[in-house]
Amino acid sequence: METPLVEMKNMSISFGGVRAVDNVTVDLFPGEVVGLLGHNGAGKSTLIKILSGAYKADSGEILINGEEVHIHSPRDARSYNIETIYQTLALADNLDAASNLFLGREMTTPFGFVDDDAMEAETRKIMGRLNPNFKKFHAPVKALSGGQRQSVAIARAVYFNAKILIMDEPTAALGVHETQMVAELIQELKKQGLGIFLISHDIHDVFQLCDRIAVMKNGELVGTAKTTDVTDDDVLGMIILGKCPPGATPGPGALVEEAAAS
Amino acid sequence: MSDSALPGEKSPAARNMFAALQLDTRLLGMIGAFVVLCLVFNFVTDGRFLTPRNIFNLTIQTVSVAIMATGMVFVIVTRHIDLSVGSLLATVAAVMAVVQTDILAHPDVLGLGHPAIWVLALIAGVLVGVAIGAFQGWMIGYLGIPAFIVTLGGLLVWRNVAWFITSGQTIGPLNETFTMLGGIGGTLGESASWIFGILAVAMALWLQIASRRRKASHGFPVKPAWAEITLGLITSVAILGFVAILNAYHIPAARLRRMFEAAGETMPEGLQVGYGIPYSVVLLILVAVAMTVTAQRTRLGRYIFAAGGNPDAAELSGINTRFLTVKIFAIMGGLCALAAAVASARLGFSTNDIGTLDELRVIAAAVIGGTALSGGVGTIYGAILGALIMQSLQSGMAMVGVDAPLQNIVVGVVLVLAVLVDIIYRKRTGD
Repeated sequence: METPLVEMKNMSISFGGVRAVDNVTVDLFPGEVVGLLGHNGAGKSTLIKILSGAYKADSGEILINGEEVHIHSPRDARSYNIETIYQTLALADNLDAASNLFLGREMTTPFGFVDDDAMEAETRKIMGRLNPNFKKFHAPVKALSGGQRQSVAIARAVYFNAKILIMDEPTAALGVHETQMVAELIQELKKQGLGIFLISHDIHDVFQLCDRIAVMKNGELVGTAKTTDVTDDDVLGMIILGKCPPGATPGPGALVEEAAAS
Repeated sequence: MSDSALPGEKSPAARNMFAALQLDTRLLGMIGAFVVLCLVFNFVTDGRFLTPRNIFNLTIQTVSVAIMATGMVFVIVTRHIDLSVGSLLATVAAVMAVVQTDILAHPDVLGLGHPAIWVLALIAGVLVGVAIGAFQGWMIGYLGIPAFIVTLGGLLVWRNVAWFITSGQTIGPLNETFTMLGGIGGTLGESASWIFGILAVAMALWLQIASRRRKASHGFPVKPAWAEITLGLITSVAILGFVAILNAYHIPAARLRRMFEAAGETMPEGLQVGYGIPYSVVLLILVAVAMTVTAQRTRLGRYIFAAGGNPDAAELSGINTRFLTVKIFAIMGGLCALAAAVASARLGFSTNDIGTLDELRVIAAAVIGGTALSGGVGTIYGAILGALIMQSLQSGMAMVGVDAPLQNIVVGVVLVLAVLVDIIYRKRTGD
């Protein structure tokens, strides 16, 4: 059996007595898209922020390519080629596209000064590939549309050769056309062998894009399933009731009597 | 996404020409306001405002606040504030005064008038300033105390630490070399000023050409040649014009004669010698260049603006925003020390009330210069221009003979109006 790209084993984290993530285990294989589902406050974003280095777990271990790693900061996560596209986009509004793309990893001249022209040239190259209509290289990101901003955020992840990509509601702020663009991009990245965690509320998106799903409720894992083994209604049942259908592997958070009945 | 256009009051051709120059319209607006202000004062004072003498005085009066205002830009850009700069200036001035008059000038140490005193005192001052700034930055960044509170405390603490150090006495006279930093007592003289001006022009033109080459080598669009030449000419004329004005302020004949007598020579009849650029202004120019390079061309500057625009994004990009806060306040402290050197050197003494209310002048200069309190936006040259506008208003009104209370009322109103104009401008341009 293939080694998973990422394994998060028995992760837990509490905030002031609230167990935001409680003993959750998920994994991700190369070339796979795993959808993380659940209500607001189910702990999806928190779980993912542990992987991206924004939060530090109270307990649990993270394995990358089968080896245990310790991620204490976003910088650590980046060193394992984990890139994150946040729901809130995490762009500095007052800076232009190139500055945002290279934020924290600026290209420098031999004298150690920031090389804006080189960064702009690289940005033009990658944006030409991702979003050929993108022209506003000198405007602050604030002046861009939702889709343009999203393409800057995605370009950032792609440019630095992410192996593991975390997308927190990448299409939430986008129109139909732009959503389609992101969907195509995800397919493209999958082909290149990236593993993608996708957080989404849109069941339709999830079935279209994901190979597997993991459903969380109240910080616990309800269960995981292949999207081919379950129906929309099954997934809704998992999200709303915590009921684990026959096609899924139940987790610690599955409704007990239902699990026993099946 | 609409390309937010201004209501079309200009003809397209005129606007195209303007666009080709790629000038900062906010900067132009500020320069325009400054020019109008000067012309009005010049008219009201029957031409006394725009004399070489008054311009010389204006520049040396602006230096201390302008140096601190460049640091305040970084502080405000990262959504902090520093209310302690005036008090910090007093503490550092007291330290430098005590170091040079009581410690270094002691016969057992270096002795009175030793040539190294001024630089040792200055280094001591900068170290103290940086340390205090870093300490305040540490409390803000690592302990999470709001900058407003930390520096409000600092406002009281450092003012009275200064008092404590000096026991409330005025310390002086300061070392003679040290006081040359103050302004009129230390200038480059005519020839050195011209050399400085010519070097500055060469540097500016070289930067412009290098930037154009770099852009062209990446295949980016560049400005039309006539626009580059126009800009180069404007810069050169501005720099050399400034030097010419400062050189045109002549050392009074009586003083010049004394200087010749002190050197054991006699003054040739009819000789006129200009002051040239004061050392303090040279210091300000160096600070301005260093701070602008930091802001635009270093990672530190990039992170300062990123953290100001979106602190969370900066953090998630792996930027250590806590340590960044320490660095910013350390820079502010160092600049306070330089300002303290200039301010105390200008007086020739370190007084108890030195730098009183400077925090307000410095913040006002940065804000008038276009630094947004909401963070992420601000320029070094804007802050310096802001300081110059404030100082011109104040001295202009004093020359006209406006009553003291009215002067402060006007300055206060101008501060609020400047911010209002800025808000309206930003709304219009969607900037």
